[in-house]
Amino acid sequence: MSAAPSKMLATLNVNGRDVTLAFLPHATLLEVLREELRLTGTKHGCELGQCGACTVLVDGAPVLSCLTLAAETIDRPITSVEGIAVADALHPVQRAFLDLGAAQCGYCTPGFIVAAVHLLERTTSPSEAEIREALAGHLCRCTGYTKIVEAVALAGQRMRATAHG
Amino acid sequence: MLRLPAFEFRPVRSVEDAAALLSEYGSDALPVAGGTDLYANMKLGLFTPRVVVGLRSITELRRMHFDPAHGLRLGALCSLDSIARDPAVLLHYPALATAAAMVGTPEIRSMGTIGGNLCLETRCTYYNQSADWRKALGYCLKRDGDLCRVALHSQIGKAINASDTAPVMQAYDARISLVGPHGARVVAARDFFSNDGAHATVRQSDEILAEIVLPPPPRGARSSYRKLRLRNAFDFPLLGVAVAVATNEAGACTQARVLLGAVGSAPIEVEGAGALLLGSHFAAATLADAAEEVFRAGKPLENANASLLYRKRMLRVLAQRALEDVAAPLR
Ligand SMILES: Cc1cc2nc3c(=O)[nH]c(=O)nc-3n(C[C@H](O)[C@H](O)[C@H](O)COP(=O)(O)OP(=O)(O)OC[C@H]3O[C@@H](n4cnc5c(N)ncnc54)[C@H](O)[C@@H]3O)c2cc1C
Repeated sequence: MSAAPSKMLATLNVNGRDVTLAFLPHATLLEVLREELRLTGTKHGCELGQCGACTVLVDGAPVLSCLTLAAETIDRPITSVEGIAVADALHPVQRAFLDLGAAQCGYCTPGFIVAAVHLLERTTSPSEAEIREALAGHLCRCTGYTKIVEAVALAGQRMRATAHG
Repeated sequence: MLRLPAFEFRPVRSVEDAAALLSEYGSDALPVAGGTDLYANMKLGLFTPRVVVGLRSITELRRMHFDPAHGLRLGALCSLDSIARDPAVLLHYPALATAAAMVGTPEIRSMGTIGGNLCLETRCTYYNQSADWRKALGYCLKRDGDLCRVALHSQIGKAINASDTAPVMQAYDARISLVGPHGARVVAARDFFSNDGAHATVRQSDEILAEIVLPPPPRGARSSYRKLRLRNAFDFPLLGVAVAVATNEAGACTQARVLLGAVGSAPIEVEGAGALLLGSHFAAATLADAAEEVFRAGKPLENANASLLYRKRMLRVLAQRALEDVAAPLR
């Protein structure tokens, strides 16, 4: 066996800010976000790509941070759930989750929020089937999904109203 | 946390650099594209490479191009999502669009690549398990052990090829180009997948899958992919059936391939079913005979999360549906 690998120094762009930090070359983005940057909103669930709890946006697309090396995200904008709200104003998706009680224990919620925000960036009037498809990779053991699907539809409706109003 | 075992990460910008690194480190190195298969397997202790060669930045492998004279060229790094949404793929190779759209979840499809899907490690209920689980049972041929737990007397591994696009590529008679340190070679999809479940493909450890070329759609081409899975939200296939046919002016079948995925260690062509379709006008009775032939010839390996009997019976149902998909507009 070779010597233990040493940390690398790199700059990541997280939630609109450049942060320079040291991490192991084989560290996942999930580990770096939670353990180095203390951004614990991103959850670790199965850690094998099956539950969606660790989803963040990289280059604007949802990725599973448990299966992504932090080293592969250098120079690419990363948005975690902490970067979804604008200043103190909740994102319409977060607002709708609150209003409709779409979060119960809350563990899966950050992943759902990130995936839903990505969907509504492409269309604010998704069909129920499109909502369910966009969230297909996210497991929730509490809600039974109904409230979550309703909250995403409501958020889209409110975003349309704001855009037109 | 379930962490990756330590490795040295070596991102590269060209296929040549990738092949050179793989050749330098031999069995100590593995390539990675989207990582959705490799990193999950590494977390389970199934692979412990000293060096991982990152292909992501080889931009030339992201190209996708269709023209009617030469067909479809797909760079190995094209994401499954980009393939599933591409207008030319949807129009000319609909079974590929369907198969790509049915892989995993939206996140998996935007991370996962077509090259990674074709090189997908074979899967098995005795293999895709945690290190503790496998240790308790005494390991298997594919990793750390010396016998195949699906077939105890077998000399070769009986894991299944669970790639959704593999049977489709074979149905379209795709060509796969591999680039190694000493040059390139082209392999037909039918020769690419290995029948020994211990190795998914015939790719040498220092070769990179660079490109896939699908021939132009023949006259009157029709194709379909049908998949059986436990959960429709997302899951690996318990079975996949790909059908590609061509027809003449009179609507008679001039070419037919029926391929089964997730049944064996490689996609399996049911030549008898194709032969029944040839010359036919896709009459209901012909389709039923061909589906019956798929049921008769298909012998699923007993290593997926559903009973063998159920998968065997569903072969006929899935084949019937896929055949009706290609026949409906022709009748
Ligand atoms: C929750 C979950 C669900 C899934 N569901 C499905 C499913 O329904 N159907 C399905 O088919 N797959 C499924 N997968 C498996 C996998 O995500 C996909 O097959 C994906 O396409 C793999 O592509 P990748 O780029 O991520 O591969 P990687 O993980 O990067 O690589 C996979 C293998 O191919 C090799 N490799 C990759 N690219 C190249 C190349 N260009 N040249 C040489 N070797 C290469 C790697 O060394 C590795 O052995 C699932 C995975 C997860 C985690």
